[in-house]
Amino acid sequence: MSDSPLFEIKDLEVAYGSIDAIKGISLEVHKGEIVTILGANGAGKTTTMRTISQLHKAKAGSIKFKGEELTKLPPHKIVGLGISQSPEGRRVFGILTVEENLMLGAFSQKKLDKKTLKWVYELFPRLEERRKQLAGTLSGGEQQMLAIGRSLMSNPEMLLLDEPSLGIAPILVKAIFKQIKQIASEGVTVLLVEQNAKAALKLADRGYVLDVGKIGFSGTSAELLASERVQEAYLGKKS
Amino acid sequence: MDIFFQQLANGLTIGSIFALVALGYTMVYGVMRLINFAHGDMVAASAFVGLTIYTQVMGQATSLVAVVAIFFLAAVVMAGVGIILERLAYRPLREAPRLSAVVSALGASLMIQNGIMLIWGPQMRIFPELIPNISWEINGVVISLIQVLILTLSLALMVALYLFVEKTRMGAAIRASAIDQDAARLMGINVNKIIAIIFIIGSSLGAVGGLFIGLYYRGITFNMGWQYGLYAFIAAILGGIGNIPGAMLGGMLLGLFQAFIAGYVSSTWADAFTFILLILILIVRPTGLLGERVAEKV
Ligand SMILES: Nc1ncnc2c1ncn2[C@@H]1O[C@H](COP(=O)(O)OP(=O)(O)OP(=O)(O)O)[C@@H](O)[C@H]1O
Ligand SMILES: [Mg+2]
Repeated sequence: MSDSPLFEIKDLEVAYGSIDAIKGISLEVHKGEIVTILGANGAGKTTTMRTISQLHKAKAGSIKFKGEELTKLPPHKIVGLGISQSPEGRRVFGILTVEENLMLGAFSQKKLDKKTLKWVYELFPRLEERRKQLAGTLSGGEQQMLAIGRSLMSNPEMLLLDEPSLGIAPILVKAIFKQIKQIASEGVTVLLVEQNAKAALKLADRGYVLDVGKIGFSGTSAELLASERVQEAYLGKKS
Repeated sequence: MDIFFQQLANGLTIGSIFALVALGYTMVYGVMRLINFAHGDMVAASAFVGLTIYTQVMGQATSLVAVVAIFFLAAVVMAGVGIILERLAYRPLREAPRLSAVVSALGASLMIQNGIMLIWGPQMRIFPELIPNISWEINGVVISLIQVLILTLSLALMVALYLFVEKTRMGAAIRASAIDQDAARLMGINVNKIIAIIFIIGSSLGAVGGLFIGLYYRGITFNMGWQYGLYAFIAAILGGIGNIPGAMLGGMLLGLFQAFIAGYVSSTWADAFTFILLILILIVRPTGLLGERVAEKV
């Protein structure tokens, strides 16, 4: 069973009240992969990510990480297992300093690992320059770096990134995606949610296309890039 | 000038008590966006609990050890009541509409008030003289040992709380939970535990405030929590509700304000002026003196 997936979602259903947002999706992520979930507004990408971190409870289905069922766990237990999330909209603690935000990222650890902090500052030197600054006064791009850096502070095995490109200047998006690649190359498995399909597929090994709560299409990045449906819907090409 | 310094001393004393009680309102609001209307009644309950500990447990001893023990035990008992209150009255309604929690808070307030009346009776009780009635006269200004004690102990507790919240990991977790609960959960913070800690801290500071009220005013009644609770709540709003240093500042300022009104105008006008002050501050600075976090959670 050497190739059993690190992370596996099976027949997941999630609802908001009587409205079904996720209608039975399955996906898997293997160790060392970068996997992307693409989809239009409202497709259910963020819902999926929040359900993985147990901020929302699944209605049905299972989510397993290293064989352990997550759906029965409270949200604060998830990061300790090795799954860390940089949420949509960054959600940095605005009235705390950059460094306090990073320290909170390590809250699940018994003690602060200086090496990890050094690594995060190497990935995003901008954060070290501004470590005493209030997070709310950073630019959008810098806040995204902080959100990713903060999620790395727990030394995760798998990183969940929900739209790291949201509302950020293209040049910064490029820089951030480069660092995501760097993070992955250092052994962190990445599950990346994006609307920016082009950038995501350039980075990812494989992808899933989420279409109003269902997986519409999946395959390697090359397959997705070549697929007419993906080209039409997400890459702005008309066939 | 005598009146000035006398009322300064009096104002700092009641201000300390307001500040201790205001911290309970502000910390709970900060994390839960909830006004714990039962907090004032918890403060009143603490004075009665202290009275009973003094007569039943300490055998009416007033040694230093006994007094410290009374404070400690009353704080522990009230922290326990605080945890139960949160579990029963507020946790089940966390996802419910805001109004349900308000009704529950008012209900809890009435229940605690009636509970005090059932256990200790409706008549005024006299709080024991735990601290020797010593006072000093300096140039016509009378300052009592109790006043000195209330001020120094309150300041010490507030400094300790400030350091805890600003300098420790758990303190950072409390601040993070007050800003964004879901983001805090993603950090691995158990927000339920943070809320329990908030209730423990708020209730035990309120308990100390309740004992101070007993020591300073001596007469304690089952429904006094309503009045002190209201003053402390106003102090929390003055300082900026949700803001911890704000509650400290608001409490002190309100105490001084009331003392000066009582000294220079008349104590019968203190309440009216308190509300005028509140309205003026809310017009000029709707977020309170130190409150800056306008972003309300939805
Ligand atoms: N708190 C909520 N209550 C009710 N419905 C919700 C809630 N959050 C999301 N939804 C609905 O669930 C569906 C999926 O939303 P979700 O946020 O997961 O989409 P998304 O793929 O992340 O979209 P985007 O690209 O805009 O971020 C949408 O129809 C949305 O309206
Ligand atoms: Mg989304």
